[in-house]
Amino acid sequence: MNETHLSTPDIQELEKTALELRRLALKIIFQAGSGHPGGSFSAADLMTALFFGGILKYDSTNPKDPERDRFLLSKGHASGIYYSVLARAGFISESDLDSYRKINSPRFLSGHGHPKTPGIEIASGSLGQGLSVAHGIALGTKLDGFDSKTYVILGDGELHEGQIWEAAMSADKFKSNNLIAIVDYNKVAQDNITKDLKDLEPLEDKWNAFNWDVHRIDGHNMEAIMKVLQLPLHPEKPRVIIADTIKGKGVSFMEGKTAWHGVAPSAEDYEKAIKELQ
Amino acid sequence: MKDAPTRDAYGQALVDMGADPRIVVLDAGVSDSTRSKKFGDKFPDRFFNMGIAEADMVCTAAGLATTGKIPFATGFACFLLGRTMDQVLVSIAYSNTNVKLVGTHTGLSVGEDGPSAQMIVDIAYTRAMPNMIVVQPADWEETIQATKALIDYEGPAYFRLGRPKVKAIFDSSYKFEIGKGRVVKKGSDLVIFATGIMVQESLTAMEMLEKDGINVTLVNISTLKPIDRDLVIEMASSHKAVITAEDHNHIGGLGDAVGEVLLDAQISRPFKRIAVKDQFAETGTGAELFEKYGLSANHIAKAVKDSLR
Repeated sequence: MNETHLSTPDIQELEKTALELRRLALKIIFQAGSGHPGGSFSAADLMTALFFGGILKYDSTNPKDPERDRFLLSKGHASGIYYSVLARAGFISESDLDSYRKINSPRFLSGHGHPKTPGIEIASGSLGQGLSVAHGIALGTKLDGFDSKTYVILGDGELHEGQIWEAAMSADKFKSNNLIAIVDYNKVAQDNITKDLKDLEPLEDKWNAFNWDVHRIDGHNMEAIMKVLQLPLHPEKPRVIIADTIKGKGVSFMEGKTAWHGVAPSAEDYEKAIKELQ
Repeated sequence: MKDAPTRDAYGQALVDMGADPRIVVLDAGVSDSTRSKKFGDKFPDRFFNMGIAEADMVCTAAGLATTGKIPFATGFACFLLGRTMDQVLVSIAYSNTNVKLVGTHTGLSVGEDGPSAQMIVDIAYTRAMPNMIVVQPADWEETIQATKALIDYEGPAYFRLGRPKVKAIFDSSYKFEIGKGRVVKKGSDLVIFATGIMVQESLTAMEMLEKDGINVTLVNISTLKPIDRDLVIEMASSHKAVITAEDHNHIGGLGDAVGEVLLDAQISRPFKRIAVKDQFAETGTGAELFEKYGLSANHIAKAVKDSLR
């Protein structure tokens, strides 16, 4: 396992990394001419902390190490940030990113992730499945006697899927305390704000009612993110971290806008956005 | 050799092979009916009863598979598959996870619970999924062997089992192989390709026909995908007419699978499909439904006679 990831994280360094990853994600979405910037930016700080804050135990030169921690991006459309993170972590190279969303992509950098890409555990693209899959992994690693943890990032709109709550019940039943779900609560779905589609509140109460260990943080405050991710596991409950985030975080004209859910920027918007992401 | 439902044989095979620590079994709250409970009683640490939550179950199975386990996700076929097409497509077929989907209570032979419990479209849509193989055993011996073969086979599979008791067809000298059909009885003139419970039904029809001096060939097609193309071509070429028999809708099942092979190979034969005729049935015993909806031995015998006329 990559011990360098276990050194004491420097908050400012992580914030800088998150900014670089946002730039990279936007660059590949711009180059591809399609993609999902809004949801990539809301998850950027969370994923930076997981991969580069010494939280996730992984070795990019041995991505199938059975004792690794697992990461799943259930909201698979945020692939722009996902592949950028995987490149920086060394699972793929930065030049691989040029084939993002392109035919014959050597690393299979599809619009939504697939396990043909090193570092990816399962295909995504259909919302609502990731929590169940992550729970299956958590059960499997426990059967093997490993202390591996499984992290999964869920979208807030995704919580409208009933299967999420089936999985929430299952993880409680099996006391899967090695499962950590993170809700990227950016309040905006594709065609509407999440609240107006179906209000998720009171969201903490919902997870509490399913008997999870519930935490709520500012999903763009790196210190708060690191603090909650460094907590020891609950003795028996699965954990959910509700991270209040902003869709399109970091680019003023994208923030909180449904319009930036699933479109690539124009050349002009791209230049403007990159200037803001410094 | 034993007269028993294929689901019973499945439960027994899981117990027989259960010492393998890679095997995990999931069920959707119907483990007494699917017989996966037998495994659960013996190996409780590797048995996950997920309750009536099929979508969660099949995706949990996919996650378990990524950790090197061999999950058997078990349930009534109607809900195991009907509820989860998207989950099966993305987390199992597309992800190519080593999950065995085991659907029991298939076809009209389910009987009295009615059309919402009689799965007649499962072969069609699992066959249509890339990466997915489809296996339906005909009796106890074949189910035991096929379960073991599926443990050794790496990749997504749908295993189609039945509710009612079926007669023993094969003895222990039989060797099941994924992708291979088997000539059950050699006759002349016409060949019947049958799958699952319809192998038994066809044998009954053949006994009736023998009294009239008609001897036909019966081929068991237990792997519906990939189908045994060579055997289908060989048998169709050496007989004057072809009949297929399945307890499933006539769209997308065995009949279509055999028909595709024959069309591709440019083999033209009189061709009849014994199958559900694109309709929902009703309540009644399995035998009554087979008679009314055209699946019984009487219908098979009539189809044979019509084909040879």
